[in-house]
This record gives sequence, structure tokens and C-alpha cells, in this order.
Amino acid sequence: MQKLTLPLDEQAVRALHRGDDVLISGRMITGRDAAHKHLCTHEDPEARRYLEGGIIYHCGPVVKKDADGSWTMTAAGPTTSTREEPYQHKVIADYKVRGVIGKGGMGPKTLKACKEHGCAYLHAIGGLAATLARHVKKVEGVLHYEEFGPPEAMWILQVEDFPAVVTMDSHGESLHEVVERESGARLRALLGMA
Amino acid sequence: MVAAVALPKLEEKLKEDLVELIRTSSTRLPPDVVKALQAAEKSEDVPQARSTLLKMVKNQEEAYAGRTPTCQDTGTLIFEVEYGDPWREKALTALVRDAVREATRRGYLRPNTVDSVTGKNITDNVHDGSPYLHFHQRDDDGVRVRLMQKGGGCENVGAQYSLPDERIGAGRDLEGVRRCILDAVWQAQGKGCAPGAVGVCVGGDRGSGYAESKRQLWRTLEDKNANPEVAALEERIMKEANTLGIGPMGWGGKTTLIGCKIGTVARLPASFFVSVSYMCWAYRRARLDFAPDGSSHISQ
Repeated sequence: MQKLTLPLDEQAVRALHRGDDVLISGRMITGRDAAHKHLCTHEDPEARRYLEGGIIYHCGPVVKKDADGSWTMTAAGPTTSTREEPYQHKVIADYKVRGVIGKGGMGPKTLKACKEHGCAYLHAIGGLAATLARHVKKVEGVLHYEEFGPPEAMWILQVEDFPAVVTMDSHGESLHEVVERESGARLRALLGMA
Repeated sequence: MVAAVALPKLEEKLKEDLVELIRTSSTRLPPDVVKALQAAEKSEDVPQARSTLLKMVKNQEEAYAGRTPTCQDTGTLIFEVEYGDPWREKALTALVRDAVREATRRGYLRPNTVDSVTGKNITDNVHDGSPYLHFHQRDDDGVRVRLMQKGGGCENVGAQYSLPDERIGAGRDLEGVRRCILDAVWQAQGKGCAPGAVGVCVGGDRGSGYAESKRQLWRTLEDKNANPEVAALEERIMKEANTLGIGPMGWGGKTTLIGCKIGTVARLPASFFVSVSYMCWAYRRARLDFAPDGSSHISQ
């Protein structure tokens, strides 16, 4: 189990390898479909402050506004990442993102960008919303709340020991490719098509 | 028949119970699902797979204790409503929609409904076709409401096959059905939040096939198919799918499926569809029984 503290430098990301268990602490920002499209078509200086050297988390949380106007995350698991495949490589390159957290893995364009720019894809457990919300210690703020709506807005979070698994590293290695290939061979054997 | 309790009072009580039904479904996994995840954890050798399954079980305990959703994608809200006198569909629809608004306000549901043209979030989850309700009339009085919450990640990995399908060597028989299901589980990898359960329909048209595949997901994981031939296929799929090595979240491991439920619908001679709906491990369903006197019971 490796502990990662945000922000990350290139060296820290290059030390991560496919299959590693990590616990992440520090400040990260959420972003899903609307955010990725927006980041690819606009320069967003405010989002940049959190993205450079940081982690973008594919998450549409359940948030509650407290009486004093602050926010609490009550459910904060990852959403499916492949929807961001058309945009992710550009966001990694343009905003110097060091890590992407999501679920389900991503495709070759993202894997290539991770290798070229020193970024890693970290897989959180899908559906682990209550537990992961407990690792969010504070909601520092939110960007584009009105424009994108609550699940799509970019939430700025302080997290502590947030658990994830490195499934795509900065060396071109993807756990998803390995599992798909090996399970595919077993499927063909079961179907007598080997 | 005259109800013992005035209808407006009953309606108010039913609405409160519906909010409680949503809370239960959203924050606690059914006991059969928890049991399956616990059993899976014991069968795994890989530490990462074991710890992942343990985290899943712990998550649902934390969700229930904190009255927060077990998964932040609170899903498509599928209601099956069975009703007798004096209830009418129109009033029940209004009550369910009000309960969904209230449950969203209380944070049991995420604002999870988007207008398909404008892309705008409908913040109370009540919109065209949301929530989605099926009504069944029954002879006795009272109401029974079942709720299933199906997240988008698992819905996206559902698949429909039109047989014959040469890519996977699937002909128009149960062996062809087996090939379709195994292929669908493989295609899904971990993306539907494995370990999942598949609801399958053999036959029907494209619409009724998917509808029946979802209806199969109301069956508990322990439920055995009444048709011995189909029951044998369900068991075989469970064994074979769990040799694929996809594992929890697709990171590798022995546990890929926790359930396979197959139903059948008559088909046209020209069509042979196999429809597969994938349900994630956050397999949320609950049921409310509401008696004519307003007493009620929620179970999973």
C-alpha cells in the first residue's frame, strides 16, 4: 500500500505501476462529462489552479448544503470513465493533470497521454459511495455549479487516505488490457473457439 | 368497497411509506446480495479481490448507518405497483412522484434526471418517464410497491443479441443463449461494477425482451428457476462466468457474477432475441406492503 500526497510531481507518478494499491490524501477536483467538454473547449484559469499537478476525479456526488452554507458529500463514488476518452488526453496534456480517478478504465488515447505526460489512471471501487464520502474530509468549494448542475459541477475536495488501485500507469501498462485479454482467451476456450 | 380509513389520510401515510421505501432501497442492500458478497470474499485467493469485496460489504453498512445512498448513482427508479380497491393509477402515480421529490430533497436520491434534449438536470427527479412505473391490478385490497434502483454504469453494459450470431457461434437454441450470456459478461468486464447479476430474457421482441430481462432481476439470488432445463443453464453460467477471471471491479479474481436469472417470452418464428440486463453489486431493491387499514411493512 503506497500513500500519495497531492499535488504530485512527475517522479511520484512514474513510481506507480499497474496493480498498485494506493491511499490518496490532499486536494482534488471532480469533473465528468460537462467538465471535460468544457475544459477542452475553454481555458479555465480557476480550474487550472486545482488541476495542475493534481487529480481529476470522475464523480457526480450526492451533496448536502448545511445550514451555514457549507457542503457535505454524502455519496461520492466514481462514475464510468470511458465517456471521457475523447477528451481526457487533451485535459491531461493541457492542464498538466497527474492523476485521473474513475472506474472501468480508459482507452488507448488516455494510456498514451499518461505515458507521454506522466499521469496515472487510478481506479476507485464503483458503488463505494458511502465509504468514499467518508474519505472526503472537506468540500472546499465548487465551480460551475449553476451551469453544469450538482452531479456535473467541479467540486473541490480535501480527501484523506482515499483508496484506489493503479490500473493504467505512466509506462504504457494497463490492467484492463491484461484482464480483457486473459478473460477473452478463457471465453474462447469455453465456447470452443480457441 | 369502503375503506376503513379515509382516503386522504391513507394517501398521506402511503406517501410517507414510499419515502421510507426509497430510503431503504437507496441506503441498504438486500440480505441475499450481502450474503453473496460475503461468500464471494471467502472464496477469493487474491488479496486485492478479497479486500475489494470486504469494502463493498462495509460500504453498505456505513450507508445504512449514515442514512446515505449506498451508491451515488441512485439509478433509474423502477416501480412495480400492484393495487386493489380503492386505489387508482392516477392517484398512485402522483403519490410516487411526490415521494421521489421528497426523497430527493432529503438526499436519499441524487438529482439524477436529465432532460434528453436540453441536457438540463431536473433537480427533483420527476420528469417525462421518470420515475418509471408499471401497474398491475389485483383482486384484494391494498397496495404492494416494489422499487429497484439500477445505476447507469451497469445499464450501459446491457446487450441484446439477435440469433443466429456467427461471431460467437450462437445458434437458435439454449446453447446459443449460453454463448450470448457469457459473451455479454465478458464484454462488460468490470465496467458494470462487477461482481454483478445478469437478468436474461430469451425471446420476445426487442422491447419486451429487455423488459423481461429486468423483471428477472426481482428474483432473489437464491431463487431457482421452475424450468429444470433453464435452471441448469443458470447454474452452468454461474460456474463458467466465474472462471473468466474478471473479478471484482474487473481487477482479476474468481468472483465475476453473483447471479444469473433467465426468463422466457414467446417469440415470432422470424425473431430470436437474447436480452441481457446487467445489475451491479449495488443491487438495490425493496418492497412495501401497504394494507387497507394503512398498516405497512417494508422488506428486502
